[in-house]
Amino acid sequence: MTTTPDPALPRSSRTVIEPGLDAEVLDRGTFAPVGAPRRGWLTGTDAADPAPWHRLARPYLRTELIELALWTVAVMGASVLLGIWTGAWWPYPVGGVLVVVLLVWAAILPRRLRSWGYRLRADDIVVRRGILLQRELAVPYGRLQLVDIAHGPLDRAFGIAQVKLVSAASTGSVVLPGLRQEAAELLRDALIELAEQRRTPL
Amino acid sequence: MSDPVEAGDQGGAVEGVSAGAHGDPRADPAAALSGSVLTDGAWHRLHPLTPVFRGGLVVVVVAGVLIANLRERLLAFVVPMFAPGPHPPADDPRDPVDYVFAHNLVFLVLLGAIVVALLLVGLFALSWRFHTFRVTAADVEVRRGVLFRSHRRAPLDRVQGVNLTRPLVARLVGMAKLEVMGAGLDSNVELSYLSTRSAEAVRRDILRLASGVRAETDAAGPGPHAGRLASARAAVGDGLTGLVFGAEPAPDRSESVVHVTPLRLIGAQVLSDDTVWWLIGSTAVIVAGALWFPPGLFLALPFILGYGGYAARHVVRAMRYAIVPTPHGVRVTYGVLTTVTETIPPGRVHAVAISQSVLWRGTGWWTVTVTRISGTRHGEQRAEEFARVMPVGTLDDARRVVALLLPWLSAHELDTMTDAAHARAAGGFTTTPRRARLLRPLAWRRNGFALGSRVVTFRRGFLARSAALFPLGRAQGVELAQGPIDRAFGVARVRVVTVRGHVRTRLGAIDADAAASLAGDVADRAAAPDTVAAATEREESHA
Repeated sequence: MTTTPDPALPRSSRTVIEPGLDAEVLDRGTFAPVGAPRRGWLTGTDAADPAPWHRLARPYLRTELIELALWTVAVMGASVLLGIWTGAWWPYPVGGVLVVVLLVWAAILPRRLRSWGYRLRADDIVVRRGILLQRELAVPYGRLQLVDIAHGPLDRAFGIAQVKLVSAASTGSVVLPGLRQEAAELLRDALIELAEQRRTPL
Repeated sequence: MSDPVEAGDQGGAVEGVSAGAHGDPRADPAAALSGSVLTDGAWHRLHPLTPVFRGGLVVVVVAGVLIANLRERLLAFVVPMFAPGPHPPADDPRDPVDYVFAHNLVFLVLLGAIVVALLLVGLFALSWRFHTFRVTAADVEVRRGVLFRSHRRAPLDRVQGVNLTRPLVARLVGMAKLEVMGAGLDSNVELSYLSTRSAEAVRRDILRLASGVRAETDAAGPGPHAGRLASARAAVGDGLTGLVFGAEPAPDRSESVVHVTPLRLIGAQVLSDDTVWWLIGSTAVIVAGALWFPPGLFLALPFILGYGGYAARHVVRAMRYAIVPTPHGVRVTYGVLTTVTETIPPGRVHAVAISQSVLWRGTGWWTVTVTRISGTRHGEQRAEEFARVMPVGTLDDARRVVALLLPWLSAHELDTMTDAAHARAAGGFTTTPRRARLLRPLAWRRNGFALGSRVVTFRRGFLARSAALFPLGRAQGVELAQGPIDRAFGVARVRVVTVRGHVRTRLGAIDADAAASLAGDVADRAAAPDTVAAATEREESHA
């Protein structure tokens, strides 16, 4: 395991990144890395910070698309049934609009999932997401109270897990929706260990 | 229950049975640590009158209803000559009393009543016997329930504060409710009721343990042995003096850092935001009603008039306010009928804000609210009270209170806060850039932040001003966000992530680069060990 970083040193010269975990596991099967986030971002400004960005797993796109497809089928089925049952015309356009919305959603989904990223810096985990509304959240390891792993049936079929980082904050819990099972477990164990080491009292 | 239990709550009048003798390893160090009888690490019971207050009220109500219904009968029975009107016919089969008399069942009914009463008393006594607590060096534990046992253990280093509440009726007999605030949802430990004296002793010990002051031996140990009657008399006596002189010992209030006169409280309520909204709301209702729907006026009347009661409650609750520094934390006292004493151990404050409503601008009044962890299930009203550590005061008062809550703040940092309160110019603050003034048309010159070494200050508002301080060692994280409109103006939003509370944590319309570097700095300093050490300091220097 790693040593506690010296707070007097500037961040870039701290050597402790990726404490005790194999970055290769985290990056296996994820989206292709994008370049540095755009100018002015919380961690993007610090070009010397060697902590790399990790992305969500590719199969997660598949599970999300399947879920959307199921929803689309359900909406179409429901509107047709409703149309036949009531004999009215309005279920068709309503269902059509909903289907279009779902399709547009599916179209931007890859871009949306690619916008997710996380990096393990010396003292905190940084999660960024969003295209239109971009957010970047940093949570110091010491503030993590627990780390959850959850997966639905569809996720499990593709070996995808969701990692939830819970701090004492009201809205500060961070969810990384689509990681590979191994990566999720590795991340959880590493984060728990870091949280133990740097625990701050409540 | 295998543990020996002492019927412990007799105001220091219990024979001190050493806890260490019971072979409980947890109890031993605690016995050495604590000063008072109830915190010696052994199991203790609550005040013997507890059942009367917790469940006995139901019995009183039932009895009251019965008596109210049978009043005429009783009157006629006890003093027949005063019974008004003609005597009702005694053979009415529908009247249960007549039925009982007619069939000679008086004895049976009386017997039944006595059995029920005994049963109730027995149940309450049983639940009281099984409701025990203990305070060890590491945590406070409560066991309760007869059939469904529950055992709650709360670690003392997670204690967020201790509240001593004394409802009017309990005050009369010298009892108090002690609430130990935990750090999780519904994690409070409630000890209700204890005699006021023991409650204060327990509070003192819990706070001492929670604030990290360990090696302090208490001189005021168990008093000389006294009879149960004598101690009960003492408790009632305490209650009476408490009613007259206040919940806390007299010097407490004179040491208060802030003095709030009732007149100022009333003034503050009259000029508060609540009043402004009430005026706007009722004007709108009256105008709309007069124009379109006159009967609506009558429907709205209760709501309009109800404000008076609401305001009065607010004022009464905040009366006799005092805030006092103690070695184990800051103590806030308020209330007239029900007195509440909250104690915030050092290092439990996650954010502080000073703010004023529009109408307070003329009088120069401010209110201080804090964000801290509370494990209550209580509603919004309670939460608001809990957050408001100073109901109203001058800027100097506010400054003193903030200095109490965050004793490690430097004079410069306090100056920054007070400047933030009235200054209109930048004054050390990074404010909304001119190009983005459309986003904050009035407040753009004020809307900004100042970053100190261990604290960041947000300044907001043009009409209703506020300044919020976030100890960086307490921040749970930091978020930077930029929506499409923000991007068009080249600005971003910063949020210092804190625990749930009343202090607003967002600051919008800040230059994107400045916001990014602010967020970066906050993230760095939030994790830095020295910042954390400062903000979470458990032991006060003047202890």
